[in-house]
Amino acid sequence: MAEVEETLKRIQTHKGVIGTIVVNAEGIPIRTTLDNSTTVQYTGLLHQLTMKARSTVRDIDPQNDLAFLRIRSKKHEIMVAPDKEYLLIVIQNPSE
Amino acid sequence: MEIVHVYTKKRNEFGRQCNFSDRPAELHVDILPDPSLASNFIERDPCDIPIQCTQEMSEHEVNTERFESDTRGINHVEGGWPKDVNPQEMEQTIRFRKKVEKDEHYFSTIMQLGSNMEHCIKQNNAINIYQEYFEEEEVVEESEEQPSAKTINVFRDPNEIKRTATCLSWHPDGSCKLAVAYSSLGFQNISPDMSYDSYIWDIENPNKPEMTLKPVSLLVCLEYNPKDSHILVGGSYNGQIAYWDTRKGSQPVEMSTIEHSHRDPVYKVIWLQSKTGTDTFSASTDGQVLWWDIRKMSEPTERLVLDPNKKGNLDNALGAISLEFETTMPTKFMVGTEQGLVVSCNRKAKTPAEKIVCTYSGHHGPIYALQRNPFFPKNFLTVADWTARIWSEDIKESSIMWTKYHMAYLSDGCWSPVRPSVFFTVKMDGTLDVWDFLFKQNDPTLSLKVCDEALYSLRVQDNGRFLACGSQLGTATLLEISPGLCTLQRNEKALATAMFERETKREKILEARHREMRLKERSRSEQSKDEDTKEGDGEESVEELATRTEAEFYEIVEAELKKRAKEQEKKRPVLWSGIDLEVEDPSWSGVVCQSIIELSLLSLHAISTLSSLIWYPSCRLILT
Repeated sequence: MAEVEETLKRIQTHKGVIGTIVVNAEGIPIRTTLDNSTTVQYTGLLHQLTMKARSTVRDIDPQNDLAFLRIRSKKHEIMVAPDKEYLLIVIQNPSE
Repeated sequence: MEIVHVYTKKRNEFGRQCNFSDRPAELHVDILPDPSLASNFIERDPCDIPIQCTQEMSEHEVNTERFESDTRGINHVEGGWPKDVNPQEMEQTIRFRKKVEKDEHYFSTIMQLGSNMEHCIKQNNAINIYQEYFEEEEVVEESEEQPSAKTINVFRDPNEIKRTATCLSWHPDGSCKLAVAYSSLGFQNISPDMSYDSYIWDIENPNKPEMTLKPVSLLVCLEYNPKDSHILVGGSYNGQIAYWDTRKGSQPVEMSTIEHSHRDPVYKVIWLQSKTGTDTFSASTDGQVLWWDIRKMSEPTERLVLDPNKKGNLDNALGAISLEFETTMPTKFMVGTEQGLVVSCNRKAKTPAEKIVCTYSGHHGPIYALQRNPFFPKNFLTVADWTARIWSEDIKESSIMWTKYHMAYLSDGCWSPVRPSVFFTVKMDGTLDVWDFLFKQNDPTLSLKVCDEALYSLRVQDNGRFLACGSQLGTATLLEISPGLCTLQRNEKALATAMFERETKREKILEARHREMRLKERSRSEQSKDEDTKEGDGEESVEELATRTEAEFYEIVEAELKKRAKEQEKKRPVLWSGIDLEVEDPSWSGVVCQSIIELSLLSLHAISTLSSLIWYPSCRLILT
């Protein structure tokens, strides 16, 4: 339990990280460091996107599975680490 | 409010009512066929019936239904919460979250995902994977592509009898239209069926001209007014000037009167820069340059006779073939003549004698094109005989740069409006040459065969990208040239300036040297004149010079003929033939035989000299 806390805290304190969200399979944000409205927005959108990405990868090759999803935008990078049950979302400002 | 009209009609005026009743069918008329009537008719044999067997076509129109699109947004609200948890209540949500966090699966998953995520975060922090390397270095802009030109559209003369496209003019705004003047420049080559029309083409539609201009006589030149894109002025074959307004139709709005117009075809007409935008001037081979105001075409506003002796004598005048006018120098203009001279004139001179400022000689034939370089107005391009020459205003004796003598006559040329070192020429063998003298001086950078017949006119569009050329059969071809030839290169202006200056300096030095040498000659001949006065003139008079050159000429001709005869001798085929005379009867005297032989030899010899054979006839007398 404490290790989970420690891990998440360590992630949050990395250079450039803006926010961290843990989402469950139903799309409910379990842990978040951002405000509610932002969290809800990110969760809703990224959950769908991750599902889509995963189904795309598996469509092409059923043996394959989505390992990691990175969306680099002009302002920052959104990284999604998927799992069967949960989703870990981190928003970071990459070093320029 | 009801609009009601009431009228009455009596019942007995309706007429009797119709009473219908049923009754069986009755045969009224039965006409039986009567074969005797057939004698009034003759059977037609053969019967000529046209039948058409074609595909049946039908025309359909389809208009798709309008596709309506709508923009929508999504309002995110929290969801996914299990039924028993109310998302608004803080307590419940917190409790739920805590429950999830206690899950064992949650623990392991987060550890694993966390390590993945950390790896990526560190990666991001370590290096910027999208960094542009070597961004500060300037991108090398030299386009490696070969210069090329592509034909975009071909506009053919729709008439049966093809005329030459002698002049092209682009529409001043946007260059979406091209006016082409058609005429026949051959001497007395106009047939009565030849149509006089000239056309304005829309460059997108080569099938049919957008507008027809109907002059009284064939148009030799045509120009759009740069200020008003609806007005065109044209010079015609019979010497008259006419102007059209495209809004008013195909007939010219006004034509100049015949008495005051040119006596020869008007070869060039140019619009002048003026407040009213209605001034033009025209040039023709009758030796006159006339100024017109199109509002009053009955008479030219000014007249200039191109007499090199500056006396205004029309008999001495040089025929003008091309005109040049640059709007940045409104008082000066240049005229290219049939005799190969370029005459530079000043419009604002007080007396006609002062109008002609100077002449430039150097060409052997009529100057078909004359244009100042748009970037360097002191230098101008002339296209005549078999060369194109670039001149500097200061050097009057010769051009500063010239192309080699080509195999075919050059008929038109112009500068590129975007690049100072590029110019185009067209030749009588149907080729278009693009010259870039900063790249290559001896040959054209690009030589393209546009068509099989001779090209007579050329015009570049203002953006330098498209050009149109007109051919002998009235075909106007629209070409697009590669971007390398129409984008200004780095340092181009500086390099072109340097080149022009260098060539001008060289010519100046040569001119100075020539002058020195001539001066020396003159002083030397004067000295010899003083020494022996009995000898006569050191200088030859014109007649002596003429006889001397004539004698020299004949000598050369004789020598050539002799040389050719000798060559022919060597080449002549040799024929050996013989005649054997067998004489059985010895009673024939030797004298008779000899005379027979001589006669036959003579005839053979005569035949041999008539034909160019070397014939060695031989004759043998055999006595048996």
